Amino acid sequence: MYIELENITKRFGLFAAIEDVSVGIQEGKLTALLGPSGSGKTTILRVLAGLETQDEGSIYIDGECVDGVPAGKRNIGFVFQNYALFRYMTVYDNVAFGLKVKKRPKAEIKKTVMDMIELVGLSGTEKRYPNQLSGGQRQRVAFARALASDPKILLLDEPFAAIDAKVRAELRGWLKDMIARVGITSIFVTHDQDEAIEVADEIIVTNSGHVDQVGTPQEIYLHPETPFVAKFIGENISVENADLLKAFSVPQGTDEVLVRPEAVYVGSEPAHPNDPVFSGEVTDVSFRGNSIQLKLRYGDQELISFLHDTSCDLTAGDAVDFSVSNVFACKDGNVEVLTA
Amino acid sequence: MSAAQDIRKTNPEVEITSSEDIAKAKRKKQRDPIKVVLIVLGIVYVALLLVLPLIYVLVQAFGQGISAFTAAITEPYALDAIRLTLLAGLVSVLLNTIFGLFAAWCITKFKFHGRRVLMTLIDLPMSVSPVIVGLIYILTYGRTSPIYGVEQALGIQIIFAVPAIILVTVFVTFPFVSRELIPVMLGQGTDEEEAAALMGAKFFTIFRRVTLPHIKWALLYGIVLCAARALGEFGAVSVVSGNLRGITLTMPLYIETLYNEYQYSAAFAVSSLLVVFAIIILFIRSYVEYRGGKETENDQNAEITKKRRGRRKKERQEPQTVAAEDSPPPTSTPATASATTAKE
Repeated sequence: MYIELENITKRFGLFAAIEDVSVGIQEGKLTALLGPSGSGKTTILRVLAGLETQDEGSIYIDGECVDGVPAGKRNIGFVFQNYALFRYMTVYDNVAFGLKVKKRPKAEIKKTVMDMIELVGLSGTEKRYPNQLSGGQRQRVAFARALASDPKILLLDEPFAAIDAKVRAELRGWLKDMIARVGITSIFVTHDQDEAIEVADEIIVTNSGHVDQVGTPQEIYLHPETPFVAKFIGENISVENADLLKAFSVPQGTDEVLVRPEAVYVGSEPAHPNDPVFSGEVTDVSFRGNSIQLKLRYGDQELISFLHDTSCDLTAGDAVDFSVSNVFACKDGNVEVLTA
Repeated sequence: MSAAQDIRKTNPEVEITSSEDIAKAKRKKQRDPIKVVLIVLGIVYVALLLVLPLIYVLVQAFGQGISAFTAAITEPYALDAIRLTLLAGLVSVLLNTIFGLFAAWCITKFKFHGRRVLMTLIDLPMSVSPVIVGLIYILTYGRTSPIYGVEQALGIQIIFAVPAIILVTVFVTFPFVSRELIPVMLGQGTDEEEAAALMGAKFFTIFRRVTLPHIKWALLYGIVLCAARALGEFGAVSVVSGNLRGITLTMPLYIETLYNEYQYSAAFAVSSLLVVFAIIILFIRSYVEYRGGKETENDQNAEITKKRRGRRKKERQEPQTVAAEDSPPPTSTPATASATTAKE
């Protein structure tokens, strides 16, 4: 592992923001730290950057222990949530700051800065101040500034949180491409599961100061290991109906059974040959642009399903057949994917 | 196009009437009785309380001619008083600027136990009466205090001497700089400093390049307020001064002494000098306020235009707008255009 966190604990007063966290991050990968707010993901990032000092544990970067190495000497690029651009400096000076501090030759600084500004597609804005830029442009400047000193690792704290939805989607793709092109080991913090799944090569899910699961987006999404991960990722509905539970032969002593909308398939033919088919009733139809969300009722059980064919003419009250392909059974802190 | 606009286009008379209406409304607004009454009241109030006394000071100061005025302010005792006042003012400004910066930095950039207590303590001199400040210093450094023995052993005198005057002036002007800085520095947060530290910048570089540009107007404003208060301080200084003419009399104390000795024109002459100091400070202060205000306004304007633009964008929901905004070389995006207008 390129970056190793070993038994890291960080307390703020009596509150342990992260407790006994051990996790490894691979070189050249884009890793997401995903979790709800207050789960300690930002603290992990800040401890790694050296902006906070851990109370216990050690951090190794590229095989070297960096405990006690000040933030400025860890050779880490950091993109802050609100970018933290120096508001009294131009775009050029912002990007050049780290190089000037490191006393590089003037000609080299100029070349690197202009290259960085070109790389992020902001040529022509060198003389502007941050408040004259759009949110997306500021993000790009922050990115260029973090990369200008050629860091070993790039850390991004909620990089898309301050941008409106439309630009955010574009920037996700842009950032992913850019990081792939630069080939730098990167970690970004997010509370948005879609973002993590779409952008990251690997996801670390944090929950109240602990790491719950580490894996690729597919692993995290399809095979959650803890009830928290199962509930946090994707949409979930708790299943309590006896027929449904019986169809999947849910074992005794299960705490909770969850079903995802995409496991519920509307149609008299099941999605997979063995899936159990039920007859229910449509209670609500809502148009979502690229899909239709159906709310179904089976006995006292509410279910949700998405139809990708938006030309469907179902209305509330219609009787409908549906099949369920799998459910998550949560038992003793573990999750099992059950199929019929 | 709405119906109203249609009518206006086809029937120009409608527009004329409406613009006349606006003009009428404007005239009516100007004659608003409440407005007139308030303005007159304001003028009378300022005239009675401020302008009249100021004029009176100047009239009295020059009442016995220019030569009497210059004689009064060039008298050795007067010069000593001016020198002492400026010295106390200078030392206070210097010390309070340095410690005010430290205090504000410490309170806003670090989290520690007792931070709130420290914040309250810094404001303490504001709420303690200056006379009490003077008495506290007499009790702490005067003959009855155990510290007095140390003072004697070292051969220094604090109370009824220049050190006490400087000390109390520093005390009463202590909060001005830090009070101006703390809100500004709290508002800025620590992100920019952290970003600079991550890039390897040292403390002093961070302060000079990142923090100072942000706080400079607040800092100047605090210094100006501090200086104004230091030059005019009377109560605390009068308690610890001992009234030794030529040695421990600051300008306000000297003026009082002159006044008590019925030397009215000399008293007013020195007063007018103090007034001149005050006016100079007032001008600097207005300039600082104007410049500082302008800069924050610029920031806000840029933010507002941004928000407005955002709203417009959402209303229109045209994907091109977004594309144009974030496409690589935008020589003149609407964002910049509006931001520059805001600046002007």
